[in-house]
Amino acid sequence: MSFEYAPAPESRAITTIKPKYGHFIGGKFVAGSKHFPTINPATEEVLSQIALAGKAEVDAAVKAARKAYTSTWSKTSGKERGKYLFRIARILQERAREFAVLETLDNGKPIRESRDTDIPLAAAHFFYHAGWADKLEYAGLGSSPKPLGVAGQIIPWNFPLLMLAWKVAPALATGNTVVLKPAESTSLTALLFAEVCQQAELPAGVVNIVTGDGTTGALIVNHPGIDKIAFTGSTEVGKIIARSVAPTKKSVTLELGGKGANIVFEDAAIDETVEGIIDGIFFNQGHVCCAGSRLLLQENIAEEVLHKLKKRMEKIRVGDPMDKNTDVGAINSKEQLAKIVDLAKVGDSEGGQRWSPAFELPKKGYWFAPTIFTGVTSAHRIAREEIFGPVLSVLTFRTPQEAIEKANNTPFGLSAGIWGEKGSRTLWAAQQLRAGVIWTNSFNKFDPTSPFGGYKESGWGREGGRHGLAAYLKSVSNEKGVM
Amino acid sequence: MKFYGLVDGSEASLKKYLKTLSGVDQVGANARAAMLSTRSIKTTSKRWAIDTAISMVDLTTLEGADTVGKVEAICSKAVRPDPTDSSVPSVGAICVYNDMVAVARKHLDLIGGKHVPVAAVSTAFPSGRASIEVKVLDTQDAIDAGSSEIDMVIDRGAFLEGRLIDVFNEIVTIRQVCGDKAHLKVIFETGELVTYDNVRKASFLAMAAGADFIKTSTGKIAPAATAPVVLVMLEAVRDFYEMTQKRIGVKPAGGIRNTKDAIKQLVLVNEVAGEEWLNSKLFRIGASALLNDLLMQRMKMDSGYYASPTYVSMD
Repeated sequence: MSFEYAPAPESRAITTIKPKYGHFIGGKFVAGSKHFPTINPATEEVLSQIALAGKAEVDAAVKAARKAYTSTWSKTSGKERGKYLFRIARILQERAREFAVLETLDNGKPIRESRDTDIPLAAAHFFYHAGWADKLEYAGLGSSPKPLGVAGQIIPWNFPLLMLAWKVAPALATGNTVVLKPAESTSLTALLFAEVCQQAELPAGVVNIVTGDGTTGALIVNHPGIDKIAFTGSTEVGKIIARSVAPTKKSVTLELGGKGANIVFEDAAIDETVEGIIDGIFFNQGHVCCAGSRLLLQENIAEEVLHKLKKRMEKIRVGDPMDKNTDVGAINSKEQLAKIVDLAKVGDSEGGQRWSPAFELPKKGYWFAPTIFTGVTSAHRIAREEIFGPVLSVLTFRTPQEAIEKANNTPFGLSAGIWGEKGSRTLWAAQQLRAGVIWTNSFNKFDPTSPFGGYKESGWGREGGRHGLAAYLKSVSNEKGVM
Repeated sequence: MKFYGLVDGSEASLKKYLKTLSGVDQVGANARAAMLSTRSIKTTSKRWAIDTAISMVDLTTLEGADTVGKVEAICSKAVRPDPTDSSVPSVGAICVYNDMVAVARKHLDLIGGKHVPVAAVSTAFPSGRASIEVKVLDTQDAIDAGSSEIDMVIDRGAFLEGRLIDVFNEIVTIRQVCGDKAHLKVIFETGELVTYDNVRKASFLAMAAGADFIKTSTGKIAPAATAPVVLVMLEAVRDFYEMTQKRIGVKPAGGIRNTKDAIKQLVLVNEVAGEEWLNSKLFRIGASALLNDLLMQRMKMDSGYYASPTYVSMD
């Protein structure tokens, strides 16, 4: 009498993966010199060979971006730029299924998430910024704000196309041109996006995409022809970038790691809170910089919440990311899996109690079962370091003040969640928390209108919303003073 | 133990009991229900779900225009939903107004449908606006006529006024009338209670008062059995089981018209309350048009083609 869901795999027929890719420079695809494989982390199947950009390719891309900036894009009116962005947004919607399938194959995330979250949000970012393109004088950055020039953008592997959209859409809307490098393990949707740029007839060189690893990233960061660096990734690399650009004129925005506190007060709506905890840490296999990876439970409800959380975790469907009913997919890479395994072992050795439902994980590919550690204290490494995987550290607190102190007791400050039905305490807590994004009675909700970014080691600057435009504009007031 | 030891029958104890309930966050409940509605149920699991859903249908006719002929017709349909295919299970029950109970019971027995129970809507259905004496007589009348399931409505006016003890006592009284002769389903009319907090509160109130089933709606008010409302009720029966070791059934009714909606309901049951609830003893779907869509989907799975509605009987 049990309701087993038969496999409901999404077809991969909609997408064609070429055996080998080059770079997208000056509006054209150019062959690469060296290549490395990109794999499907759920099966370890080699999907394609990705080009590794060296100095010559990065130089060419920067040159193309500069040329496009000087000769075309900086002279294109905001209204016209907006038209291109609207066009890109619509093409992303039209080709959404193709992008979703490709993203899931290359990244390992469940098709449900790439279909319902990543791709629609990527399109939404282009729509939103298309609207800003001809209204920048109202962004609060002076009456006549100016673009910075050529932006070097380096994005991570956890939301490949979405992070591309977060970077490319505001840069283009504000009149900058772009050299973008996707993460080495997830280049495919960026390369498909290059096709979209061609389809939208975006002027050549406005968007350039070079693929590669950290060495390519370093070439971009240190390139003298670049005016601005936008990076999303680890705090470790963020610090290297900050040091590299410090003696230069480059502007920089960094969106780095986090160790988000998800605070549950005694009057929280328990069932919805449990859903929020699940969303907070198991969404995208926990590969989320703003994940709610530290659960702070008020002691008098801790037992009830943990009981319900465990029951709920037993219902999580882990497995084939292409199956429409999968909730948690594959870990993106062998290296990331090793990191998660190591930190979980540290959790064991520090005396945390590890618990996970009995999942049957696939034999091939990179997998880590959704896991919680109870009995964690603020002194444990798994309460301090970003695991970037489906591992939740559970701590308790006695009073609201203690919850805030524990939540803020971290070098990070990207996100936090507050669960409770008492509005006055929620507002008080939100004011005390030192985190860039605070959700109340929800978690991991994103919208292009809302600025995103961190305090402390979680980064510099904001992306999205009016605040995000500031990262790509110089504040200039018209001398005639049209305010 | 009386009222499972949760309340002693006094207003104070009822208030205290209901105060222990955590609230329901509307946005979160809607999001959870929406997520579960994306489950993709195909091939063998779809086949299983269709047959399971058929066995859970409370095939209903609740019209002023009901006649003996109409009721006999749906009785035949209930016993053998698809006359050309004997592998189709009978439905969960027939649901009619009081005066049709005897007609339905007699006809079911006549055509080999002794296993199909007759449910009667009771307590001044659908509004519930009558004195308790009338409601008791109404219920007794249905049981005497052969009804083994009573679908009563709560007094929503009293509930919204805060006279929860009156609502509670009415359920207790009807429960006593039902005795061991009839199962009691308690209808909340969630479209009139409106908030999920109210749905949760009504669920725990009715379960403690002795309901065997909690039911969303009369079918006369919209919105009725929306996915989040059913979600909240399934969470309630799940939690109540943990408190008392007693499983209470859930019956969504109203607005579930096609196979897709029915399968979404089964997914909710499976992932919220658990598979113990996936049978007609603990889950029913109050519907009329739904059955034919289930039958047509079933035919399609066998033949690969969608049949014209003329290939299924209208009632």
